[in-house]
Amino acid sequence: MTATVNDKRSAGIRTRWAAMPKQVRWVAVAALIVFLYVLPNKWFYEYLGFPIGSKYFALYTTSSDFAGVLFDTSVFVLLAVGLNVVVGFAGLLDLGYFGFYALGAYTVALLTSPESRFGTNWPWLAAVPLAVMVAMISGVILGGPTLRLRGDYLAIVTLGFAEMIRLYAARQDGLLQGQRGIPAIPHPPGTGSDGKPLFGVADSKPYYWLMLTLILVVLVLIRNLANSRVGRAWVAIREDEDAAEIMGVPTFKYKLWAFAIGAAVAGLTGAIFAGKQTFINSDQFVLESSILVLAAVILGGAGNIKGAIVGGAITWYLPEWLRGAGDLVGVEFNASEYRILIFGLVVIVMMIFRPQGIVPNRRRAAEIEDRRKEAVPQETVPNE
Amino acid sequence: MNFDELFGNFPTLTITGLEQGAIYALVALGYTLVYGVLRLINFAHSEVFMVGTFATLWTWQFLGYDQNSAAPAFGPLLVAIIAGLLVAAAASALTAVTVELVAYRPLRRRNAPPLAFLITAIGASFVLAESFGIGTERAPFGMPTLIPQETLFTVFGAGVTNLQMLILGITLVMMVGLDQFVNRSRLGRGIRAVAQDADTAALMGVNKNRVILLVFVLGGIMAGVGALLWDVRYGFTKFNIGFLLGLKAFAAAVLGGIGNLRGALLGGLLLGLAENYAAGLFGGEWKDFTGFVLLIVLLMFRPTGLLGESLGRARA
Repeated sequence: MTATVNDKRSAGIRTRWAAMPKQVRWVAVAALIVFLYVLPNKWFYEYLGFPIGSKYFALYTTSSDFAGVLFDTSVFVLLAVGLNVVVGFAGLLDLGYFGFYALGAYTVALLTSPESRFGTNWPWLAAVPLAVMVAMISGVILGGPTLRLRGDYLAIVTLGFAEMIRLYAARQDGLLQGQRGIPAIPHPPGTGSDGKPLFGVADSKPYYWLMLTLILVVLVLIRNLANSRVGRAWVAIREDEDAAEIMGVPTFKYKLWAFAIGAAVAGLTGAIFAGKQTFINSDQFVLESSILVLAAVILGGAGNIKGAIVGGAITWYLPEWLRGAGDLVGVEFNASEYRILIFGLVVIVMMIFRPQGIVPNRRRAAEIEDRRKEAVPQETVPNE
Repeated sequence: MNFDELFGNFPTLTITGLEQGAIYALVALGYTLVYGVLRLINFAHSEVFMVGTFATLWTWQFLGYDQNSAAPAFGPLLVAIIAGLLVAAAASALTAVTVELVAYRPLRRRNAPPLAFLITAIGASFVLAESFGIGTERAPFGMPTLIPQETLFTVFGAGVTNLQMLILGITLVMMVGLDQFVNRSRLGRGIRAVAQDADTAALMGVNKNRVILLVFVLGGIMAGVGALLWDVRYGFTKFNIGFLLGLKAFAAAVLGGIGNLRGALLGGLLLGLAENYAAGLFGGEWKDFTGFVLLIVLLMFRPTGLLGESLGRARA
C-alpha cells in the first residue's frame, strides 16, 4: 500500500522535473555537481556559517576526516554504479563483485610497486588501463561458462570466485604477499601550482575530486549505453530471458557485455583505490564489502543510476556521519560494528515492502507490481 | 605436483576425504531439499549449520564439559552425544524455519522475482552470522574433547579412527533415514509432489506451505547433525565458519545434481575426496580451491550434476 503511494509521489516529482525547462534542469544539475566538488573544503562550511568543530549537525563527519570519508563514499558509489549495470540492468546476481575490484587494485600494485615480484616499476597511470583490462577479461572468462546457465548458479560461482581471490591473496608466500601486502604503490601523477605533488599522502581531497570526475564520466557512458540498443536488450533479458531470445536478442552476448562492463568499472575503482592507499593487503578485500555494494544497489533502487548513487552514499557516508552525530548528543554509536547486521536487516525488510528501492526504476517497479498482481491468493513457488 | 605424496598416502587421504565429505554431504542435503522444492539457493543455510555448532557447544557446556575436562565414560558420553544431536538439530531446524517464515514466505505471497529471493537469502545469512559475531565478540570457541581419537583398525596401511567411523556411521544412518522418509512416507510424497509441480500438488490437496516448512525442518535437522560432527571432528567453532563450508556444501550439491538427495551424498563424498587428493598433489594450501574449480568445470560440461535427477522425479 505505502509503496504505491510513494511511487505516485516520486512519479510526481519525476514529472515535475521533466516538465521544467531544459535550461533550469541543466543549471540544477550543474549546481549539484559544483556542490559535490566544494563539499570537502573547509572554507565552504565557514562560508555557510557552520565552522568546523562547532556543535552543529553538519554534513561533514566530525569523528573522521571528511575528505577521506567522501573518498571512500565515492569508491562505493562508483562500485554501486558498476554493479548496477550487472544487477539492475541485466538482472544478473553478481556476488563476487569485490573480486574484480581486488583484481584491479592488485594489478596496479604488482605492476607499479618496486616491492612487487614483477619488478616492472610502471608509472601509476600506465597501469590503470591494464588493470581495467584485466578485470574485464577475467569477467569474460568467468562469465563465459556460467552465464549460459541458470541465473542463480552465477551467484554462487561469482561468490566462489571472489573467495578464491581472497584466499589466494591471504597467502603469505604467494604473489600477493598475504597480510604483509604490497607497499609503495605510486600515487597518481601531477604537480600543483605550488610545486608540490598534486596527489599526496595527507590530503584526500584530490583523490575525491579525481573519483568524482571519474564517476561523472562513467555515468555519462553508462547512461548512453543504457539508452541504446544494448540497454534495451538488457531490459528485455531482465524481464523475460526466453522471450528476449525468441525475439532475436542474443541474450548470452549481452549478458556477457553487462558482466564485463561491471567488472571493468570495478577494476577501475580498484586501480584508483590502490593509487590512493599506496599499500594494499588481503584484509582490504573481505566478502562483507561485496555484500555492502550489493546492499547499496538494492537499497537505492536497482536499475536506476540515481538509485545506485544514493545507495552507495547511504551505505558508507551515513554510518560515518552517525558516528559523529552520536558524539554530539553523547551517544556512543559505533556504526561500523553493526553495519553489516543493519544492512542485512534493511535488505530483508526492503525486499518485502519496497523491492524497487528508494529511487526506483519506473520500469522495474512496474514489473514487480505486475508480478504482485499476478500472485494467486494462495502462494506460488518462485519459478525461473 | 607431488605424486609421491598423493600415491604414498592414498589410503589415508581417501579416508579423511570421506570423513570430511560426509559433513559436506549432510549440509548439502539442506541446499538440495530447498532447491528441489523452491528453486532457491538458500544462502542462509550455511548459518543454519553455524547455529548448530554453537548449540552443540552450549549443550556440552550446560552438561558441565569444558576444554579441560577429561573424556567421559561411555554412559555419560552417549548422553552428551545424543543430547548434543537433539539440541543441535532442533536449533538448526528452528533457525531454518524462522528464516522461511520471516523472510521467504512474505516474498512468495507477493510473487516476488527470483532475484529478490536470492538477495533476501544473502541478507538473512548476514544477519544471522553478524548477530552471532557480535554476540560472541567474533572469537573462536574450542570444544571439549569428548572422544579421544584412537585408531580402530588399518586398511592398506591407513589407520581408521573411532571418530571417522562415528562420522561416517551417523551420516549414512541420517542419509538412509531421509531417503526413506522422502521416498516412502506420506509427507515425503507431499514433498515430491510439490517439487514436481507446486500448483498441481496444491490442487490435489497438498498443503504447500506445510510441505515447504517441512523441507526447511528436514534441511535444518541434517545441518544440525552435520554441525555436531564438525564440532567433534574439528574441535572449534566461530561465527563465520558457515561461510566457506556452506559454499563447499553447495558445490557438493551441484556436483551430485541439485535437487537430488542421493546426489548430495555422492557430491559431498566426491568433493571431500577431491579436496584431499588435491591437497596431496599440490599442497594443503590449494585445498579450498578444489571445490570451486570442480564446480566451474562441472557447470561447463554437465550443468545438471552427476546424477542430475530432480527431487520431483525420484521414484516412489
